[in-house]
Amino acid sequence: MDLLRFITAGSVDDGKSTLIGRLLYDSKNILIDQLEALEKSTKNRTDGSVDLALLTDGLRAEREQGITIDVAYRYFTTPKRKFIIADAPGHVQYTRNMITGASNANLIIILVDARQGVVEQTRRHSIIASLLKIPHVVVAINKMDLVEYLEDVYNNIVIDYANVAKQLGLKDVIYIPISALNGDNIVDKSTAIDWYMGKPLLELLEEVEIDNDINLTDARFQVQLVIRPQTDDLHDYRGYAGKVISGIYKKGDKVTVLPAGIETTISKLEVGGEEVEEVFAPQSVVIQLADDIDISRGDAITKVDNQPQVNNELEVLLCWLDDKPLVPGNKYYLQHNSRLVRAVVKQIDYKLDVNSLDQQPVEGNVKLNEVVKATIKTAAPLVFDNYEKISANGSGILVDETSNSTVAAVLFK
Amino acid sequence: MSNYHLNYLEELEAESIYIFREVAAQFERPALLFSGGKDSITLVHLAKKAFAPGKIPFPLVHIDTGHNFPEALTFRDWLANEVNATLTVRKVEDTIKQRSLTEPKGKFPSRNWLQTYTLLDTIEEFKFDCCIGGARRDEEKARAKERIFSVRDEFGQWNPKLQRPELWNIYNGRIHKGENVRVFPISNWTELDIWNYIRKENIGLPSIYFSHEREVIEHEGQLVAMSEYVQPSADDIITTKKVRYRTVGDMTCTAAVESTASTLDEVINEIISTKISERGETRIDDRVTEAAMEDRKKNGYF
Ligand SMILES: Nc1nc2c(ncn2[C@@H]2O[C@H](COP(=O)(O)OP(=O)(O)O)[C@@H](O)[C@H]2O)c(=O)[nH]1
Ligand SMILES: [Mg+2]
Repeated sequence: MDLLRFITAGSVDDGKSTLIGRLLYDSKNILIDQLEALEKSTKNRTDGSVDLALLTDGLRAEREQGITIDVAYRYFTTPKRKFIIADAPGHVQYTRNMITGASNANLIIILVDARQGVVEQTRRHSIIASLLKIPHVVVAINKMDLVEYLEDVYNNIVIDYANVAKQLGLKDVIYIPISALNGDNIVDKSTAIDWYMGKPLLELLEEVEIDNDINLTDARFQVQLVIRPQTDDLHDYRGYAGKVISGIYKKGDKVTVLPAGIETTISKLEVGGEEVEEVFAPQSVVIQLADDIDISRGDAITKVDNQPQVNNELEVLLCWLDDKPLVPGNKYYLQHNSRLVRAVVKQIDYKLDVNSLDQQPVEGNVKLNEVVKATIKTAAPLVFDNYEKISANGSGILVDETSNSTVAAVLFK
Repeated sequence: MSNYHLNYLEELEAESIYIFREVAAQFERPALLFSGGKDSITLVHLAKKAFAPGKIPFPLVHIDTGHNFPEALTFRDWLANEVNATLTVRKVEDTIKQRSLTEPKGKFPSRNWLQTYTLLDTIEEFKFDCCIGGARRDEEKARAKERIFSVRDEFGQWNPKLQRPELWNIYNGRIHKGENVRVFPISNWTELDIWNYIRKENIGLPSIYFSHEREVIEHEGQLVAMSEYVQPSADDIITTKKVRYRTVGDMTCTAAVESTASTLDEVINEIISTKISERGETRIDDRVTEAAMEDRKKNGYF
């Protein structure tokens, strides 16, 4: 059984939390006491229905305001798959929390209210999906019950969204008409939407092919820490612990240690203390090398015949996530997986308009939720790839030196 | 499907090991908070794998409420010895004396709330900059909202409105002096994942997780073990039942489940078919208010 991570996105009140509640409820993943608590907290509602959104809105402020502020993670399993759901907030001001949930997702469900059609937040979240290269996109046209389940309404929204998808380069978008509230096309095929020939949502989620989401071609590895037990029996043991970011490594492979550029050979591979012949992404492993080389945290081990970029000047897209604006020329820490280097944002070339995707000039500072193209200079070279080629080796964060906050998502060009 | 494919347990394991290694590399004085339950036993197992063949590079810290199951304490000492880890124990009893705290009263006098004081004192005493815990997001709604690296201020407080974005697998553990980070490596595991992993890896557990006979009283439909810490009322009927524990916390606030399951397979089958959540079935103190956990976390609790 494998694991699918997905996120629900879309504007406020489009029904994200309700959809998740419905998925859990109809797939029998809600237990009695959780249901009782739900019924209790819904008691003072006038219409007497249970509010499925309350299953994920876990903070007091969220329940009070009836909105989602931060991502909630929910888990459910069917006989076919294990799922991790990120329920993301829809408000513009909480976009950074949405990006948190989106960054690890294999799939995004973008909800659209059938009465409203494609709105600004639909576009904004679609742009995030496209920037982050979320491999699979499902557009769920929700609240079909409020438009009498009309096929025309659905078709018009599909045409509208197809334009957005084309502009953003989103491929293989799957469309589905649903009512999260009534459970139409969620677990079972809706009888009210008999004109829809596709599968219900859960079946789509169970069957979407995710094997190819991991790059097994280009081998990348970064050292998290060096294991040196220094005991009598393991006196000379020196293992490089880290995660295989992408690709496959085999014992005997000729490798280059970067950024130093020293060549050597893999002498031993271990997983959880057991020796193995080969390792692959996303395993956590230990690599031992034939030669004694000075290697520390953040260094990369790659294959001689397949090299990443090594540079201390980077062209990047920045999604700004902090209330404090980005001041060009300011210094930050850039964290690229386990490598932490000082960095300065040298130049900001343009800003992406989240509605039109047009490139616009930047006047003044870069503010919360803005996406800009910038040039970053780092104090030491980085070993990286283009985000579109190997996302796991093409992404980083900026950390404010003074507040220690994570202030930006960085996508390498 | 290719050979280069992880199943969900292997993927979760890889993620947890990655998190452990980030902790060891990013912090100067991390500690693993060990409660004696299956989640923290799983944590220790994962930590062992993360640093093999070296030893676990941080101490196991137990905040001892004094209301533990003796079986859990025996197991704790055995495990620390087995993995060759330093075990540090700090007692809530001592904090109560030193700080003249008021002990909760009642039938099941839970020290769960008082633990926070001892925890914060212990963090201060050893200058821990990171505490690793075995909380899972499927346990509770407030936990479902917390980051894997959760920054706490000088008072140990969680501020749910000021959580750092946590992108991809990049964990930002930078903090100011006096702050600390709580790290939850098994955030994405469910109760059933833990049990399946325990079975797959053949991880040992304290005997109380399996069916045994015990004197219990019934309290609002839950079975509570008789012990010196519980004050039964005159009309309570003490009976002997075959029970097991689904979680292991304090004797005063953990309920037993009636069960004859004596092997891992049997326990897992029961958990698959149960209709009640882990917390709902076994925690006596958590049903108070809907925001109980959020409030406690804001005050420095795990
Ligand atoms: N009629 C109808 N109402 C819905 C549907 N889905 C959600 N809603 C309602 O829309 C409101 C917002 O839903 P919620 O799940 O909180 O939206 P979120 O902000 O996207 O998480 C709630 O009152 C829901 O009951 C639907 O399919 N049909
Ligand atoms: Mg919501």
